[in-house]
Amino acid sequence: MATVTPPPASAPTRDRIDTADPPASDAKKRFLSDAAAHVRDLGHRLFVRKALGGYYVNRDAYKARYRDWEHARDAASLAKWSAVNRLHELLPQFVANFEAGGGQVHWARDAAEAREIILRLVREAEAKAIVKSKCMTSEEIHLNAALEAEGFGVVESDLGEFIQQLRGEPPYHFVFPCMHVRRDEISELFKQHLGSEPTDSPEELTMIARRYMRQLYVNADVGITGANFLVAETGQVSITENEGNARLTAALPRVHIAISGIEKVVANLDDLAVLLPMLATAGAGQPMTCYNTLYSGPRREGEADGPEAMHLVLLDNSRTALLADPEQRDALHCIRCGACLNVCPIFKNVGGFTYGTTYQGPIGSVITPHLRGLTDWNHLSGASSLCGACTDACPVRIDIHHHLLHNRRNAARTAPSRLEKLGHKVFVQVARRPGLFATGGWLFRHTLGLVKRIKPPLMKQWLDTRDLPSAPSQSFRAAWKSRGR
Amino acid sequence: MPAPATEADRNAAARETILARVREALQSSAPLPHLKTDLAGEMLGQPVATDSQPAGSSLPLLTVLPETAARPWLPDGGDTVDERLAILTENLKKLRAEVQRVTDLPAAAAVVADLVRERGWQRVAWHQHPLVDSLVADGVTAAGCDGYAVDEPGFDKRQLEACDAGITACEAVVSQTGSILVSSATGGGRGLSILPPVHIVVAPVEAVVATVGDALHLVAQRYAGRLPSLLSFITGPSRTGDIERILVLGAHGPKELIVLLVG
Ligand code: SF4
Repeated sequence: MATVTPPPASAPTRDRIDTADPPASDAKKRFLSDAAAHVRDLGHRLFVRKALGGYYVNRDAYKARYRDWEHARDAASLAKWSAVNRLHELLPQFVANFEAGGGQVHWARDAAEAREIILRLVREAEAKAIVKSKCMTSEEIHLNAALEAEGFGVVESDLGEFIQQLRGEPPYHFVFPCMHVRRDEISELFKQHLGSEPTDSPEELTMIARRYMRQLYVNADVGITGANFLVAETGQVSITENEGNARLTAALPRVHIAISGIEKVVANLDDLAVLLPMLATAGAGQPMTCYNTLYSGPRREGEADGPEAMHLVLLDNSRTALLADPEQRDALHCIRCGACLNVCPIFKNVGGFTYGTTYQGPIGSVITPHLRGLTDWNHLSGASSLCGACTDACPVRIDIHHHLLHNRRNAARTAPSRLEKLGHKVFVQVARRPGLFATGGWLFRHTLGLVKRIKPPLMKQWLDTRDLPSAPSQSFRAAWKSRGR
Repeated sequence: MPAPATEADRNAAARETILARVREALQSSAPLPHLKTDLAGEMLGQPVATDSQPAGSSLPLLTVLPETAARPWLPDGGDTVDERLAILTENLKKLRAEVQRVTDLPAAAAVVADLVRERGWQRVAWHQHPLVDSLVADGVTAAGCDGYAVDEPGFDKRQLEACDAGITACEAVVSQTGSILVSSATGGGRGLSILPPVHIVVAPVEAVVATVGDALHLVAQRYAGRLPSLLSFITGPSRTGDIERILVLGAHGPKELIVLLVG
């Protein structure tokens, strides 16, 4: 048996090196330049589209097995609506039941507090090796960087997350973290970090990671996981995964730490019985995700194995701010299935990294301005064609694309753009005067060709990627008049 | 704000702050989601306006539970035993799990013995359970293979990791999704059903239920008030699509799942 190599140190990247979010003030600038670069990368776009091809087929096949998908979506939507709107009752109920089962709850108002809590737990456990399964909440609080800064080695066990950790990149997609990486790049990465032989078989690559990770599970003292649902009635933490890495992470180490946003509470097992299959079908085209596991605490008396302690970190981190907005409260219904990303034309063209957020795609564009500030993140509200594909795909019927409009409206109210305001004023004046309007039209028709050729600075970016039609020879009003004759 | 004296104080303060924020936030009520059907009125047990829940109205407590409401719309699990078995078999095959129906336990043991010989297994992990015991005695040891029991806390996880296969019982089998529900109470704890590369599950035909909801209700009743620390739906062999979204079995858990239905 190969000896265990030390956990890989992740290379410094903007998301992982510091525990603070990247400076938000230039978020928009970065978005625009990253988007422009990605949109031109045809190879990348093709690759992402191809990777999603199988998903569409499987999703449709399994959706067809629902006797009525639209009705089922209504039920799932009501289950989450009722849970989120009763959070003040369900959250304490969940906590009481979870604690009765021997679990320990730690409340965290923000990311810094959550990091402090986890660092303390890890220190108290005298952890030498930490293994972690996929957990977007931990990305949100930049946990790995915090652990590494304190000298704790932590290894991501989900294959996609592991690849991203070796690459020193955050996840590209919150369900399919490395969907943008080609197999030859992965082979090269494994060769470099794990000393494996090059191969172009996804199966062999998976087995290399499997062999490497096995020993880590057995040796780790602390396992960190996320959570998909918290069941109030029974006090159980529900974790959904395909690979079995979360199962191993919560089985073998002495201490299990789970991290969850407070909005993950559902009322009871009945709700779960609807949400589990729908999460799998909408997000990954499966009847059920391979492992759906409910934990009600550490190992019980009489059970053969399991951790000595189970900790649950309950994170607010601005979720209550979103809760306080009744218009967009339903964004908290999100079960992070990823369906809205998979169908989004913007996501498919600009790619996951361009967003610069923990949660990419349409739902990320909706919630990030709430979690991190509307002023710096409002540009994401424009990252939509408003086609509504996301809203159609969402298994819990979140009104995603309308929320993008709501954010645009809110931004216009709180921080209106001077240029836009001026533009509208001028337009109103012109539109009120038929003579001026006609002159404007004449000017426009006669200068359009010139504008297209010289691309004035303000319009250059827009014109660079678009072909304008040529101007008509006469105005609409003139055309109408001659037609009437 | 003075620094809290102890961790317990900090935790209590954080709890109070968060719960106060939640209560405050929920002072204003949210509109109902935009539904395509008239389900809301039905499930809330009252006629509701489609657009908004009038402020100050009663809490959004659903009187019809989502599972009960959604049952006719979710994938079919079958009404009779035969229907359920047919749907289950089809689902398991699609998931690339193996399923065999055998008449009795000796027949199941014979299947296991064949596997042991064919694959040349050296060591198979198991746990004490009326169904598993006889499979191990007549199928594993009789075929000249070692058994490794994991019933006692403190068993060696390295030894378990080195086993060729694991045999467990289960709580229920779900035809609707092709899932096996195992628990830490009757599945040999947490590691046995996930660590060895092959997982053999033995279940009586009566354990096959129609839906995920049925299975959850069954265990909730069985363990009334004291649930096992782990309940896990296993739906096919472990899998990943992380490399170019191409399906690979055996990511971290078992590469093979073999379901033996007895009866
Ligand atoms: S918003 Fe809806 S579709 Fe998007 S990830 Fe959340 S639940 Fe899935």
